[in-house]
Amino acid sequence: MKTENQKAWLFVLPVLFLVAFNALVPMMTVVNYSVQETFGNNQFFWQGLDWFEQILRSDRFHAALGRQFLFTATILAIEVPLGIIIALSMPRQGIWVSVCLVLMALPMLIPWNVVGAMWNIFALPKIGMLGYFMNDVLGVSYDMTQDPLAAWITVVAMDVWHWTSLVVLLCYAGLMSIPDAYYQAAKIDGASAWSVFRHIQLPKMKTVLTIAVLLRFMDSFNIYTEPFVLTGGGPGNSTTLLSIDLVKIALGQFDLGPAAAMSLIYFAITLLVSWVFYTLMTKDDRR
Amino acid sequence: MAQVTLSGLRHSYLPDPKEGQDYALKEIDITWRDGGAYALLGPSGCGKTTLLNIISGLIVPTEGAVLFDDRDVTADPPDRRNIAQVFQFPVIYDNMTVRENLSFPLRNRGVEPGLIEQRVRETANMLDVTGILDRRASGLNPDNKQKISMGRALVREDVNVVMFDEPLTVIDPHLKWKLRSKLKELHHRVKATMIYVTHDQTEALTFADEVVVMQEGEVVQIGTPVELFERPQHTFVGHFIGSPGMNILPCEARKNSALFEGHEVALEGPLGGQAGELTLGIRPEHVLIAEDGIPATVAKVADAGRHFIIDAVVGKSVVKVVDSRNPPEKGSIIHLHFRPERSRVYRDGWIATEPRT
Repeated sequence: MKTENQKAWLFVLPVLFLVAFNALVPMMTVVNYSVQETFGNNQFFWQGLDWFEQILRSDRFHAALGRQFLFTATILAIEVPLGIIIALSMPRQGIWVSVCLVLMALPMLIPWNVVGAMWNIFALPKIGMLGYFMNDVLGVSYDMTQDPLAAWITVVAMDVWHWTSLVVLLCYAGLMSIPDAYYQAAKIDGASAWSVFRHIQLPKMKTVLTIAVLLRFMDSFNIYTEPFVLTGGGPGNSTTLLSIDLVKIALGQFDLGPAAAMSLIYFAITLLVSWVFYTLMTKDDRR
Repeated sequence: MAQVTLSGLRHSYLPDPKEGQDYALKEIDITWRDGGAYALLGPSGCGKTTLLNIISGLIVPTEGAVLFDDRDVTADPPDRRNIAQVFQFPVIYDNMTVRENLSFPLRNRGVEPGLIEQRVRETANMLDVTGILDRRASGLNPDNKQKISMGRALVREDVNVVMFDEPLTVIDPHLKWKLRSKLKELHHRVKATMIYVTHDQTEALTFADEVVVMQEGEVVQIGTPVELFERPQHTFVGHFIGSPGMNILPCEARKNSALFEGHEVALEGPLGGQAGELTLGIRPEHVLIAEDGIPATVAKVADAGRHFIIDAVVGKSVVKVVDSRNPPEKGSIIHLHFRPERSRVYRDGWIATEPRT
């Protein structure tokens, strides 16, 4: 006979406590700000859902959201296939495995603001290696401080450089978990290289790919430090992604109410899109 | 379907093999009849999987040749050999249905759809998986997955040889015997040459018409299950096959008999050869508890269900005895009689007595 009691709740308490302090309480503070107006001195005036309405109707928010989706879609479209290709071409045994793994892990070990600073200097025309090479050697006009397209390309290239490794490492782990028998069986079954990828490697990588796509989506959707250091959102507003805009409103203009409303909307969008992604990518498994 | 001939086969995983120890397979010469059911039996690491992979073409042997009928296929890759293999762990294509899994080897070879449909139906019927043809293969339990693996091996009509590499390892014990008899039945139906690799003697002896026993990269005996049991050519075979295995006892040679712990033991026939280390081999089933004979002390009695296994101590040696009557008390003195026609002397492990004709 199983004895039933409520003791298990006691074991959940520490986690509940932690989550309350690092997530729930701060978030409720934001909720608090989002429905009130404050002029300092701890004086608050009830605003209801006005800030939400204002943000949702604001062209500035729409533009930042659009840029954000464009950015995330671009880096996913590059990093996921590129990551898979690199993982597939990495060696499976021998000393080169460790060499490759370390090389792959390097970009991820660099602090985000340093990545931004590195790429800033790297890409600056005249003094940066990339800037100099493009302008003075290739003769292509490239100035990320003036040209929005150049700024975009630089931000995307930086993210690809920084984070493709994550997709590579996850995919590589997935590939390494495939027993040799699968490849042997495929040979005997007369499968082509494409069939092997389509029917063995891709299905076996699916779980890690789901995780990779989710992580890259969430991270890139919330990206702040690197583009802030690299372009500061410019030139103009061209690389002002959602989080950069949010910080401008909150700390630049000190509009705490609208900023709070915006972060909640931002949060809801991230959550919703992640959920949709996850549901779509795992729907086959639940059949 | 084809006769498989292995001639002068040697294989080493080292780039530059010199001594015998460098070889995972030492000098293998076997001919497997077209349509026969064979088993490769031996402990882990004896080279049986290497041998299998050489036949399937996953490994190219260092020396020697593999022939299918009269065609030398030694250098051919697996897909050109027209063979099928079932692996230890079920290999299924997760993203396909059972039907797609079964038709995969045929589709890859450009077989026409009508024929694929027919072959898949027949194969599914044979394996009793018709009911799950449209299920996704990834959700199946291990024994059904292994059935699908076997199905992919059997779905092609004209395979030269079907190989099984310990296919029942991951199967639940209560389903093992089912699949085992299924395999036997399949062999009767498809009549392909089948080679079954295992370290489990029960699997080997029930499946195969002829068993190849391997040890440390060498073939020690090829024979029918009865031959292997009745007259092991090597002490390894005697010990490996049977439960418990053959008694292997120290002895000295007399003219036509052996001296074991100071007692004379009559043998099946005259002893040949010179020098070497001699051992007396007799199966526990062939040691009888008698009124008189070699005196022994009972050290242990184990109940094996239908019979008892008795450890009897003679001098410094322990003789295992299988007896189905009431067992003697532990510590008591019994007398052992070794059946002469089953008592053999082995010289350096190899049989040295000849049967009396």
